[in-house]
Amino acid sequence: MGGAGPMGGGAVRGLVEKPKNFKATMRDLLKYIGRFKRSILLVLIFAVASTVFAILSPRMLGNMTNQVVSDYINMKAYDGIIGSLPKGVTLPPGTTGKDLINKLPAAQAAQIPADKLDQIKNLDLSHRPSIDFVKIRNIAFWLLGLYLLSALFSYIQGWIMTGVSQKITYQFRRDISEKINRMPLGYFDKRTFGEVLSRVTNDVDTVSQTLNQGLSQIVTSVTMILGILIMMFTISWNLTLVAVITVPLSFILIALIIRKSQHYFKEQQDTLGHINGHIEEMYAGHNVMRVMGGEKRSVAKFKKINRQLYGSAWKSQFLSGLMMPIMTFIGNLGFVGVTVLGGWLALNGKIQIGDIQAFIQYVNQFNQPIMQTANIANVMQSTAAAAERVFEFLSEEEEEPDIADAAKIEEVKGGVEFENVVFGYNPDQTIIKGFSAHIQPGQKIAIVGPTGAGKTTIVNLLMRFYDVNSGGIKIDGVDTRKMKRADVRKLFGMVLQDTWLFNGTVRENIGYGKLGASDEEIIEAAKAAHADHFIHAHPMGYKMELNEEADNISQGEKQLLTIARAMLAQTPMLILDEATSSVDTRTEILIQKAMENLMKGKTSFVIAHRLSTIRGADLILAMRDGNIVEQGTHLELMAKQGFYASLYNSQFAART
Amino acid sequence: MLKLLRLFKPYLFHFLALLALVFLTVYTSLQLPDYMAKIVNEGIVLKDNGLILRTGGTMLLIALAGAVATIGVGFLASKIATGVSMDARAKLFARVESFSLTEFNKFSTASLITRSTNDVQQIQMVLVILLRMVLQAPLTGGWAIVKAYDIAPSMSWIMYLAVAVLIGIIIVLFSVALPKFQLLQKLVDKLNLVTRQNLTGLRVIRAFNNEKIEQEKFEKANVDLTNTNLFVNRIMVVMQPVMMLMFNLTAITIVWVGAHLIGDGNLLIGNMIAFMQYSMQVIMAFLMVSIIFIMIPRASVSAKRVMEVIETEPAITDPKEPKQFTNGGGLVEFKDVTFAYPGADDPVLCNINFEACPGQTTAIIGSTGSGKSTLINLIPRFYDVSGGQVLVDGIDVRELKLEDLYAKIGYVPQRGVLFSGTVESNIKYGAPEASIDETRKAAKIAQADEFITHLEGKFEAGIAQGGANVSGGQKQRLSIARAIARNPEIYIFDDSFSALDFKTDANLRRALLSETKNKTVLIVAQRISTILNADKIVVLDEGRIESIGTHQELMRSSKVYQEIAYSQLSEEELKGYQINLDKADASA
Repeated sequence: MGGAGPMGGGAVRGLVEKPKNFKATMRDLLKYIGRFKRSILLVLIFAVASTVFAILSPRMLGNMTNQVVSDYINMKAYDGIIGSLPKGVTLPPGTTGKDLINKLPAAQAAQIPADKLDQIKNLDLSHRPSIDFVKIRNIAFWLLGLYLLSALFSYIQGWIMTGVSQKITYQFRRDISEKINRMPLGYFDKRTFGEVLSRVTNDVDTVSQTLNQGLSQIVTSVTMILGILIMMFTISWNLTLVAVITVPLSFILIALIIRKSQHYFKEQQDTLGHINGHIEEMYAGHNVMRVMGGEKRSVAKFKKINRQLYGSAWKSQFLSGLMMPIMTFIGNLGFVGVTVLGGWLALNGKIQIGDIQAFIQYVNQFNQPIMQTANIANVMQSTAAAAERVFEFLSEEEEEPDIADAAKIEEVKGGVEFENVVFGYNPDQTIIKGFSAHIQPGQKIAIVGPTGAGKTTIVNLLMRFYDVNSGGIKIDGVDTRKMKRADVRKLFGMVLQDTWLFNGTVRENIGYGKLGASDEEIIEAAKAAHADHFIHAHPMGYKMELNEEADNISQGEKQLLTIARAMLAQTPMLILDEATSSVDTRTEILIQKAMENLMKGKTSFVIAHRLSTIRGADLILAMRDGNIVEQGTHLELMAKQGFYASLYNSQFAART
Repeated sequence: MLKLLRLFKPYLFHFLALLALVFLTVYTSLQLPDYMAKIVNEGIVLKDNGLILRTGGTMLLIALAGAVATIGVGFLASKIATGVSMDARAKLFARVESFSLTEFNKFSTASLITRSTNDVQQIQMVLVILLRMVLQAPLTGGWAIVKAYDIAPSMSWIMYLAVAVLIGIIIVLFSVALPKFQLLQKLVDKLNLVTRQNLTGLRVIRAFNNEKIEQEKFEKANVDLTNTNLFVNRIMVVMQPVMMLMFNLTAITIVWVGAHLIGDGNLLIGNMIAFMQYSMQVIMAFLMVSIIFIMIPRASVSAKRVMEVIETEPAITDPKEPKQFTNGGGLVEFKDVTFAYPGADDPVLCNINFEACPGQTTAIIGSTGSGKSTLINLIPRFYDVSGGQVLVDGIDVRELKLEDLYAKIGYVPQRGVLFSGTVESNIKYGAPEASIDETRKAAKIAQADEFITHLEGKFEAGIAQGGANVSGGQKQRLSIARAIARNPEIYIFDDSFSALDFKTDANLRRALLSETKNKTVLIVAQRISTILNADKIVVLDEGRIESIGTHQELMRSSKVYQEIAYSQLSEEELKGYQINLDKADASA
């Protein structure tokens, strides 16, 4: 049947996601793409133009065939007439069929059928007619022009649309990435990175792709349908009726199939989620699963889910695949109808063979835009669902902006005051309930407590990753909330256990602490952090590239690099997180020494695990359940016989 | 890809039926133009109304048969494609479950997960398309060429030319775009990497006020990706108009050349129209075939990755004639054990000789990379020794059925591994038959009861995949409880107390003491306070045993041990501990 084959699918082959609020999202989306108004208008114009040209061409091709056919029939008629003339008779130039018929006896003339009579009457019988190739060539040139223009316009349309959709994608990503830096840390602490990541990649891609597809499809499909209808009507209204009768049938069937297959796609998606979850879990916990004798159970569970998956997978595949043959069949119905009715009409001289040919081409072309239109609602839904998530993210609450006339500390001494600090990660759940402490410049503060006691909360508050609910933290007498966040953060060097390094050279990573630092400064910092030695041990030295996971150096080495980074930053105050277990002992000694170097003369907050650090601290903050329950020196707290004392003693709880 | 064919075996009948239906589909779709030519040539030109109606009826029947056949093809294609991928997935999973750590290291866990999920899905997707749409292309193409040739041999060149030009265009487009496609993937990865690093490093970035730098990194990745995308997409946009143009040009040429033939009386009009239909089918078919060449390489990469796993024999399996335990107890002996990772030159462990006896705690300590974890991984046969023997109750572990060996072992990994389910289902994972009391007791010993009672639903509280909804310390305690519930003879703690604070660590060890009275306990530790009281401490240094002894003995004799001890505890504290012990001895 030719025409649009399997290439022009355009049907929904996956799960259509439903947005929560379609209208609002579409409004936002339109606003967002508003800046591309002009380009989009151009796209629309070119799409319409290209489609119109494409629609005109079958009609012209039909005319070309008609020309061939009528000339051919004239040829046949001439051959018939000349063949039946008596031998030796020639016709003088200028003799027409009319002259001949007039000379015929009336009885014989009456035998000629009426419709042939006109044809013969107009025939110039003085020479054998031939196919009028000049006329045909003219039509062919016109057609060629139409085809080329249509293709050109279609390409221009695609070219502009690609530009628009790529720019939208770019803009979306950029907005998201800028947004990330304006949002409070609290947002990310409550979510997995994967969630945010899939906004940047999957959702944005879906929006741009469906937008790209959807926008030009709506225009082309609608133009096509209207244009084809007009062209068909100009050829023959009866044939058009036959062709159009199949349309509602197609629409209903497609809608039914999509609805039915959506159910199975959903099921498939869910089951796929289950099975992938099981696979990840079992592979990640492989050792435990085996030693605990879980292998048979695991395989049995897998088989069960796998069966379910098969059930929904083949059904959804089958149903979504039904669309094509059904559409083809309906197309064929139209095809047969047109051929039969067209044949009958041609027989009665109402239309010509070339018209049937053109009509068949139109019927073929009709299928695709109809499939697409039936599908547009789904495409829009998917777009809206993805766009909605992106917009949701973009409209998340941001960090409160820094106050306008922010205070600045000219010369930092390093005194820190906590004044009746109240804080909770959720407003309805305070964990620090009124904490006050006065810390002199240069003091060492140890933060201790069992796992999960919320020791990092102090870090979060000092660095203003979170703001206190009430009370305040003052540095050299200035409330940190009266300062710019950036200025507060400049005061502290931070070395966390979660050693964050990025994909780049060692030099770049150390240099992150002070942009534009010289090589000497960096080497000096590395030396002070006892990192110089191991860096030189690697063949590439400071140029060594840390890989994407930053796991081509050991955990301990990473820690040394972060210390070097903090060293380079030369901040007046420090926040440190002592290494616990993942570092081998020799490196741990190095880290210890490096940290001592770093802390010299600076006010330092240390999340301490080592008892020697704790005992040497000027102030110990003992934490439990997020709250600071005790504060004082080691001796004071031991004398108190409270929480800290029991914590300390428990380390030496022996078998006895 | 070819190896994948073996997975088709169960679907051979389906496949044959599919082939028959494909044949029928192609046959019917190629019949219709013939009938149309007949209507034109005999019906219209010869004015036979009856013939038009009769032929129309036949065409309808043929179209219906074609539709039914195509639906049948779709049905069988879906069944085969999803069935093959179901089988592949099942084989893959079962195989991976029987792997030892050797194979896990060879492939990496992440890669095994991708192979089991994405790669299988990829295969399924390609199979559906291949079976449903592409399989019929060569048949349609070939047959249509023959039919078209029959009608007008002198016009066949138009068809060939069109196909050649189309294939040429496709080759040019793809040879320009394909390398960019690969680049595109890299740029997407880069963008993801930058974003992920930005997210994981939020605190550090903000601490150094380096938001701008991150913004610039992202901007660069974003611009690179956008530009390449633009380039590739603008090339691909050519496809559609060029295809249409080719179809149209072919049509005009056919009418033009056909007109001449008709004029010379060598062609019937209906046949010219039929020829045009055939030509379109030929071109479509060749387009499809070119899709095969684009799709197959992608799918074959996935197929290869899947088959590679399925065909990997696990290095560690049950022996042919397993031995049975004759005596219990849980004695673990290392005899002259040497171990090197597969493919590595240098052994990780050398000449390891020691025994861990029931009723005793044997600790293993040493710096990172000294081979501690590797050493205990040899007991449950995560790896097999390269030389020497590991014996459990006098039998070489390699001569035991894995199931029997595992039954003796309670293993607690370094990172607490939990499975989705409830707190209870996790504790009972190694002992599905355990009673509620046993479960509770295990939780109590593991110091997990307190936080469990704070959970909503207590023991019925849900555990998310991988234990994502509990903290690291809680995970460790639950995995310890899981080992206890199994009531094993041998406990293996692979640095399992690291996420616990000192207090919980101490309480747990005290509670464990009574539970493990007659058991063999092996502990790998980094923290010296965890193992101060062990009956026997094995000090590892670069894969060899540096010394064995108690804390006191080692403080005197072992340099490595002293180094570790002093790095973690102040001299004063070590002395204080000494005094405490002496006092305890004196009072005893």
